[in-house]
Amino acid sequence: MQRRTFTKLTAGLSLAASLFGTTAMAQDDMRIAIVVKALGIGFFEAAAEGAEEAAAELGGVEIIYTGPTDTTAEGQIEVINALIAQNVDAIAVSANDTDALVPTLKRAMQRGITVISWDSGVAEDGRQVHLNPSSNALIGNMIIKLAADHLPDGGDVAVLSATTTSTNQNIWIEEMNKVMGNYPGINVVGTVYGDDLADKSYREAQGLMQSYPDLDAIIAPTSVGIVAAAQAVADAGKIGEVNVTGLGLPSEMAGAIESGASQSFAIWNPIDLGYSATMIAHALASGAATAEPGAEISIGRVGTITLDETNSAAMADPFVYDASNIEQFKSIF
Amino acid sequence: MLKRLITSREALLVGAIGLLLILISTRFSGFAAPSNLANVFNDTSPLILLAIGQMIVILTKCIDLSVAANLALTGMVVSMVNVAMPGLPIIFIVAIAIGLGALLGMFNGILVWKLQIPPIVVTLGTMTIFRGIIFLLSDGKWVNSHEMSPAFKAFPRAEILGLPVLSWIAIFAVIVFGIVMTRTTLGRAFYAAGGNPHAATYAGINVGKTQFWAFTISGALAGLTGYLWVSRFAVAYVDIASGFELDVVAACVIGGVSIMGGIGTVAGALLGALFLGIIKNALPVVDISPFWQLAISGGAIIIAVILNAQANRKKGRIILKQAEQAS
Repeated sequence: MQRRTFTKLTAGLSLAASLFGTTAMAQDDMRIAIVVKALGIGFFEAAAEGAEEAAAELGGVEIIYTGPTDTTAEGQIEVINALIAQNVDAIAVSANDTDALVPTLKRAMQRGITVISWDSGVAEDGRQVHLNPSSNALIGNMIIKLAADHLPDGGDVAVLSATTTSTNQNIWIEEMNKVMGNYPGINVVGTVYGDDLADKSYREAQGLMQSYPDLDAIIAPTSVGIVAAAQAVADAGKIGEVNVTGLGLPSEMAGAIESGASQSFAIWNPIDLGYSATMIAHALASGAATAEPGAEISIGRVGTITLDETNSAAMADPFVYDASNIEQFKSIF
Repeated sequence: MLKRLITSREALLVGAIGLLLILISTRFSGFAAPSNLANVFNDTSPLILLAIGQMIVILTKCIDLSVAANLALTGMVVSMVNVAMPGLPIIFIVAIAIGLGALLGMFNGILVWKLQIPPIVVTLGTMTIFRGIIFLLSDGKWVNSHEMSPAFKAFPRAEILGLPVLSWIAIFAVIVFGIVMTRTTLGRAFYAAGGNPHAATYAGINVGKTQFWAFTISGALAGLTGYLWVSRFAVAYVDIASGFELDVVAACVIGGVSIMGGIGTVAGALLGALFLGIIKNALPVVDISPFWQLAISGGAIIIAVILNAQANRKKGRIILKQAEQAS
């Protein structure tokens, strides 16, 4: 349903754009193009929804939601070339390739188009600003906070990771350990590795419950692990005793939230991401902000970002999903 | 007679498993408790089912590397069928799983039988093809637990006489194939086709056709396991059971099935699978660094293969005395 609306919208917009060319259309409206990895992906359609929300809030902004039909850099280059020809004011892209888009995006910037990347970034000289959904430090803090929030009196938690060599998971766990001091009474009893295989993760979760009979929570910062752990807890009849939390996708975790095996989990919110990307693109294109290290850019209801030395910034804490909002998001991504 | 029984491969394995259990119990006392052993058996049931199928294929001098991909494809198809028709009784889901699995196995079998392509090449190819088809069917998306119907997920968990249906299916398969392999013409043909293909041909056994049936049985078991797997873990996606075919082959090898064909029993495959299953279930609780776990699993397999090779080695007759001294 949603998909159809957006495709129609895109088709309509690009048709309008090509008919009126660069002159006729109400030029007062700032045109911000949201270029996604591919059309028809729930995550990006939710991001477009956020972009529309930002546009409505800002006023005088027109969102062009577009992207290739498959996730290729070539497809995105074509789309961006078309956008340059239409002389849009800003392009916000979630890139299929870090480097391949750089020459095209450079050309866009030479024409005075504001270029930012979000979600999946492009190399530094291909964009003015990159918006990360979150940062390693924020994620590390969030995963332990999720467990601690449901353990007011403290308790034992264990980590179920992907493989021993997964870079992302290792960094997040490291960041988590750094902030353990802020959560007194929470005890990390062990870290095990499910190798991102459903069966091994399931067994490791079973093993944790056997080795630590008083275990209160399992933190799984990996989408395969969190689902398998929730199933293991449900099968062991320990729902209510052991809370499974970490990072997962709403569509995959809806069952675990419903059964109560997981109280809450986190992942970025695509709506906020699209909203923030639009806010940044607008601020840069309108001259309200400049892209330079240390610059602070307001992103409306989400807060303020500060650019680091590579002109990239982290949007916010991962968004928490629980029984109150899972219904809304499980069909999105 | 008694001596043969004690020195038999199976008796050795039973001893090894007992020793393993004692060793694990010293580090984690609750492991050998009957309820935990029942859990371990249940967890190992998919491996047992696949190992029986693989054993039959290996008996005929072939190998089936596509079992895990077959499992994943069938699992994805039945879960998509379940999402599309949540009301469909489970008996039909099981029938679809076995049927589709057998069909995929027949595809392997036809290529080996009619086109005489080496089985390792055929099944390496179909392994990739099956995984690719899952991707095409699912668009890379997952089928998640809240999309599956409650009945679909409940079936392997339902308890009969204290054991889940999943375990009973494994027990049933062991009994049925135990009888098939020792008491039927087809069962004996598997041994003959692998033990001595030329003699088998002279005896009127169509070796290619026997291999075809071996692949079909392996496929059917993989298909059935596919449904049980996605139902047990309540999720279906492209990569489920990735790399599991190696566990299955390892279980057979540990169980004394000769890779050269013609030697192996259902009991051996069962014990080999149990041996691996116990190790897999024990490693998370015995508090060994995860960096060591892979090495330990691998070491256990190598030791088993060495024992196997020693036991099956036939001394050649020395004709030239000088050659013996030279070596």
